[in-house]
Amino acid sequence: MILDNIPILSILIWMPILGGIWSLIIGDQQEKVVKHFSLLISLATFLFSIILYYQFDNNFLGMQFIEEFYWIESFSIKYHLGVDGIALPLIMLTSFTTVIVVLAAWEVIDEYISFYMCAFLILTGLMNGVFAALDSILFYVFWEAMLIPMFLIIGIWGGPNRVYATIKFFLYTFLGSVFMLVALLYLYSISGSFNIEDMQQTSLGLTAQKLIFIAFFLAFAVKIPMWPIHTWLPDAHVEAPTGGSVVLAAIMLKMGGYGFLRFSLPIAPDASFFFATPMILLSLIAIVYIGFVALVQEDMKKLIAYSSISHMGFVTLGFFIPFGIFASTNSLSGAVMGIEGALMQMISHGFISAAMFLCVGMMYDRLHSRMIKDYGGVINSMPYFAAFMMLFAMANSGLPGTSGFVGEFLVILSSFKLNFWIAFTAGLTLILGAAYTLWMYKRVIFGEAIKEEVSDLKDIDARESLILFLLAVVVLLFGIWPAPLFDLMHVSIQQLVEQITQSKIL
Amino acid sequence: MSGYMETFYLIIVLAPLFASLIAGLFGNLVGRHGAHWVTNIGVGISTVLSLLVYKHHIIDGAADYNQSIYVWLTSGGIDFQIGFLIDKLSATMMVVVSFVSWMIHIYTIGYMQNDPGYQRFFSYISLFTFAMLMLVMSNNFLQLFFGWEAVGLVSYLLIGFWYKKESAIFANLKAFLVNRIGDFGFLLGIAAVLMYFDTLDYVEVFKNVEQHADTTITIINGEPWSLMTVICISLFIGAMGKSAQVPLHVWLPDSMEGPTPISALIHAATMVTAGIFMVSRMSPLFELSATALNFILIIGAITALSMGILGLVQNDIKRVVAYSTLSQLGYMTVALGASAYAAAMFHLVTHAFFKALLFLAAGSVIIVMHHEQDMRKMGGLFKYMPITCFTCFIGSLALIGFPGTSGFFSKDIIIEAVHYSSLPASSFAYYSVLLGVFITALYSFRLFFMTFFGKENMSREKWEKLHEAPAVVTTPLLVLAIPSLILGFFLIDPVLSGNYFGSAIYVSSENNALSIIGAEYKGIFSFITHAFLHPPVYLSFAGLFVAWLCYIKFPNLPGMIVGHIGFIYRLLVNKYGFDDFNQVFFAGGVRKIGHLLSHYGDAKLIDGLLVNGSAKSIRIFSSFIRHMQSGYLYHYAFSIIIGLLLLIAIFVHGVFY
Repeated sequence: MILDNIPILSILIWMPILGGIWSLIIGDQQEKVVKHFSLLISLATFLFSIILYYQFDNNFLGMQFIEEFYWIESFSIKYHLGVDGIALPLIMLTSFTTVIVVLAAWEVIDEYISFYMCAFLILTGLMNGVFAALDSILFYVFWEAMLIPMFLIIGIWGGPNRVYATIKFFLYTFLGSVFMLVALLYLYSISGSFNIEDMQQTSLGLTAQKLIFIAFFLAFAVKIPMWPIHTWLPDAHVEAPTGGSVVLAAIMLKMGGYGFLRFSLPIAPDASFFFATPMILLSLIAIVYIGFVALVQEDMKKLIAYSSISHMGFVTLGFFIPFGIFASTNSLSGAVMGIEGALMQMISHGFISAAMFLCVGMMYDRLHSRMIKDYGGVINSMPYFAAFMMLFAMANSGLPGTSGFVGEFLVILSSFKLNFWIAFTAGLTLILGAAYTLWMYKRVIFGEAIKEEVSDLKDIDARESLILFLLAVVVLLFGIWPAPLFDLMHVSIQQLVEQITQSKIL
Repeated sequence: MSGYMETFYLIIVLAPLFASLIAGLFGNLVGRHGAHWVTNIGVGISTVLSLLVYKHHIIDGAADYNQSIYVWLTSGGIDFQIGFLIDKLSATMMVVVSFVSWMIHIYTIGYMQNDPGYQRFFSYISLFTFAMLMLVMSNNFLQLFFGWEAVGLVSYLLIGFWYKKESAIFANLKAFLVNRIGDFGFLLGIAAVLMYFDTLDYVEVFKNVEQHADTTITIINGEPWSLMTVICISLFIGAMGKSAQVPLHVWLPDSMEGPTPISALIHAATMVTAGIFMVSRMSPLFELSATALNFILIIGAITALSMGILGLVQNDIKRVVAYSTLSQLGYMTVALGASAYAAAMFHLVTHAFFKALLFLAAGSVIIVMHHEQDMRKMGGLFKYMPITCFTCFIGSLALIGFPGTSGFFSKDIIIEAVHYSSLPASSFAYYSVLLGVFITALYSFRLFFMTFFGKENMSREKWEKLHEAPAVVTTPLLVLAIPSLILGFFLIDPVLSGNYFGSAIYVSSENNALSIIGAEYKGIFSFITHAFLHPPVYLSFAGLFVAWLCYIKFPNLPGMIVGHIGFIYRLLVNKYGFDDFNQVFFAGGVRKIGHLLSHYGDAKLIDGLLVNGSAKSIRIFSSFIRHMQSGYLYHYAFSIIIGLLLLIAIFVHGVFY
C-alpha cells in the first residue's frame, strides 16, 4: 500500500506545526479561511492518527514506525521517532482533541484568531512529538517547546489574573524539567547514548537511581500533577481560555503520566520500588484530600481542575502498586492490571475532562461567569446541553458504562491485591467523586431558573452539539467496549512490567 | 427451542434499550404517542419472551444457560465479560421485572398524560427496565455492578424528574450518594472476590468457593479475618444501600418525590429488591459465613420493625407505602439471614406485585385528588373510586398476610424459618418480625381507612368532581390484583419442597430451616389451618382491629394517644433523627473538612507558605543582591577592600592556629 512507507510520525508532528505557521501567514483578515484551514489540518492529523492505528501491529514487541537519523552527530543525538502501545493511544487522543479544540474556538475566539489556531496547531505537533520521540534530547526539546504555545494561550486569551497564572505555570513546569535535563545528561554520561531504550537497559546503582528518580519525579509529578505540587493547575485552568483548559487537562497532564512510564519506572526500577510507598501515599492523598477540596469550590473550572488532580491520583496509584504486588505475590498479572488501568484512566480522563471544560466553557460564553452561584436552573432553557452534561458528569463520577469507570475499576481491583486499605481509600472516590460532580450539577443545572439571564439562555447550537456528541460517543464506546484499547496496550505493558520487576543493580 | 432461547435473551434485554433510545433521542420526532407506543411495545416484547423463558426454565425444567456475549476487556490475564446466566432464579426475576414494568408503562400513559416531560419519562423507565434486566441476567460480578449502578442512575434521574422542585433534586442527590456508599462496599467485595478467585464469573467462583472457606485475610494487623465474612459483609453493604436497610435506608422515603409510577416500579417492586436478589444469587458464599448471616439477620430485623413503626405516623399516603416497603425489605433481609433464600425470593415476588399495586392505587388516588397526598385531607373515597378501593383492599390484605393471599404464604414461611434458625441473632429477629406483623396490619389499614372510609375531608369543590381514574390506570391495578391474591397458591408448594430454585440457591445442611418447614408441610389447606396455631395471624388481626378502632370507630383516639406519648411521637416524626444526624454530621462535616483543606491546606500552607513564600524569599534575596550592584565605583572599591581585609584576616587566623 502507498501508505506503508510514509514517515507517518513525522507527518503527525510537522503537518500541524507547518499548518499552524501557515494559518498565521493567512492572517486575521481572512478569518473564515483560517478557521477552515485549521479544521482541515486538524482533521488530516486525526486521519493520519487513525491510519497509524490501523497499521499498528498489536502483537509486535517493541517500537513501530521507526524513523531514525542523526541530528547532532557529535553527541549522537538523533531524530528518532517510534511508537508502542503506550504512546499510540496518547497520540490518537491528542489528534482527536485538536479537532475538538478547533471546533470549539470557531465562534468564540474573536481576537487574533489566526494566532490562536497557530498556537494550538503547533502545540499539537509538539505534543505528538513528545509521545513519539525515542531520543531523550528530542523528547526534551518537544517537552520544553510545548510550554511556549501554552504560555501564550493562557497569557493572551486568558482571564483577568492570567499573568500570575502563566508565571506560576511556567516556573513550576520549567523548574521541574530542568532537573530532568540534568538526569538525562547524567544518563548519557553513563550509557553513552541519548536513546531512551538504551537508557532503559543501562545498569545503575541504587543511589544513582534514587537521584535520577527524584529528578524525573520533579518533572513529571508537577505535570500530572501530584499533591502537594498541584496548585499551579487550578490557577492555570481558571485563567486559561476553554481550548487551553481542554488541552491542558486532556493531554498535558498525561505527559506526566507518560514520563513516568517511559522514564522513571523503566530507567530507575529499583528506585521506583524504593519510593513506591510514598508515591502510593501521595496518590491516595490526591484522591481523597483533593476530593474534599473539590467539593467546596465555588468556581466550576476550579472544581473540575481539582477533580482532574483527584483522577490523576488513580494514574500514579496504578503505576506504583505493581511494585508492591510483584514483591508480595511474584505474579506479573496483577501488576499489568494496575498499569493498564492507569493508562486507561489517562485516556478516559482526556475525553471526560475535555467534555467537562467544554461544558463550562459553553456556559461561560453565554453568561461570562464561571461561578456556581451565578447559575441555577440552566436545564429550563438548555435541555439538550443539560442532557449532555449529565452524561459527562456521570462519567466523571465513574459510572459503569462510561469510560470513566474502567480505569478506576481496574486500579481499585489491583490495589486490593496489595492492601485492603489502599483499595478502601481509593474507593472513597466513588462517594467523593459523585458528591462534588453531582452537587455542582444540581446547583448549576437543576432547579428553577434563578434569574432572567438564565431563563433566556440559548440552548447549544449545531456546532456545540457536534462537539459534545463526538465526545459522548467516545466516552460511551470506551465504557461499553474498552477491549480494543487494551489490546493495543497489552504487549507494551507486559514488556514494561517485565522490565520494571527486574533489578538493574549489578 | 434452546436455539431460539439465546436470541430471546438478547431481545429481552435490547428491546427496552432501543425503545428507550428512540423515545429519548427522538422524542420530538415520534411525539407523545410514538414514545408511549414504542416503549410499551419494547417492554411488552420483553414480558412475553420472559414468560416463555420462565416456561422453558421453570416449568419445562430446561438446563441452565451460561454464556458470555462479548469480552469487555482483558487485563492481567483475566477476561472481563458480559454474559447471561439464565437459571430458575434469573428467570423468575425476569418475569417480575418485565411484567411489573409493563404494567407501569401502561399506567404511566394515564398518570403522566399532562406532563411536559412525557417522552423523557418513558425513555427513563424503559432504560431502567434494560438496566434491571442486565442486572438479574448477569453471569458475572462486573455486569452485576454495571446493572447495579445503572439502575441507580435511572433512579437518580427519575427521583429528580421534576427538576424544578427543590425537594426532588435534593432527594435524588441524596439517593445517589447514599447508594454510592453501599456501592463502595460492594466494589470492595468484588475486588476481594477477584483477588482470591481470579475470575468474576459466578459459576467459576461458586465452584471454588469451598477452597477458600477457611482462608483468612489480614485487615487490621494481627487480626486474621475470615475471607468469606469480609466478602459477604462487603457485598451486603452494597445490598444495604440498594435495598435500603438501616442505616442506609434514608434515601428511600425521600425518593417519593419522584412521580408515583416510578415509586411503584423502582422504589418498591424491582430496584430495591436487587440487594435481596444479589444475596440469594451469592448464597454459596453467604452460606460459608455465619458472622455475615448474623449481621444480616440483625440489620434486617431492625429495619423490619423500626421502619414499620415509622409508617404509623406518616400522613403522606406515599410515604406510608414507602415505610411499608422498607419494613418488607427488612423481612426479606431477615429471611436471607436465616438462610431461607427461597423464602426471601418468594416474598420478593409476591411483594413486587402487591406493593406495586398499593403504590399504583395510591397514585390513582393522588391524580384523582389533583396531586394531594395528605391522607388527612382524604376520606370516604370508596364511593367515588370503587375499583381503586377494591384493589387497594386486596393489596393491603396481601401486605398484612391475610390467610390465603400471596403475602400470607411468603411472610409466614419467613417467620417460621427465622423461628427454626439456629443462629444466635435469630431469636431477636424472630420477635422483631412478629411484632412487625402487628405494626404492618396497623399502618396498612390506617392508610386504607383514612383514605377510603370515614368522613370526606377534602374541600367541597374537589369532592364534587371526584371520579374513578381512567381505564389505563385501573387496568394495571386489576391485573396486579390477581397475582397479589392467588400467586401464593402456585408457589408455596415448589418453594417449600426446595425444587423451585433448584441448584440456583445453595443452602448448607445445618442452616436449612426451610427444609424443616418443608418436611412438616402437608398441602396448602393444612398450611393455612396450621397457621392459626401460630401467633402471626392473630397479630395481624389484632393490628387490623386496632386500626378499625382508631380510624373508624373512635377517630379521636389517635390524637389522644399522641397527646400522651408526645416524646415518642416526636422521635418518630423525626424518623429517629437519622436525617438530622446525617445532615449535620456527614453533609456538614464533609463540607467543613473540604473548606479546611482548601483554605488551610491549599491556600495558606502550600500556596501561601511554600509557593509564594519561596517566591517572596527569592525577591528579598534578589533585592539584596540588586542593591549590591549599584554601579557606583566607590561601592565596588569599598567591597573589594572589605573582602580583601576579610581574606587576610582568615589567612592570618589560619597561620597562627
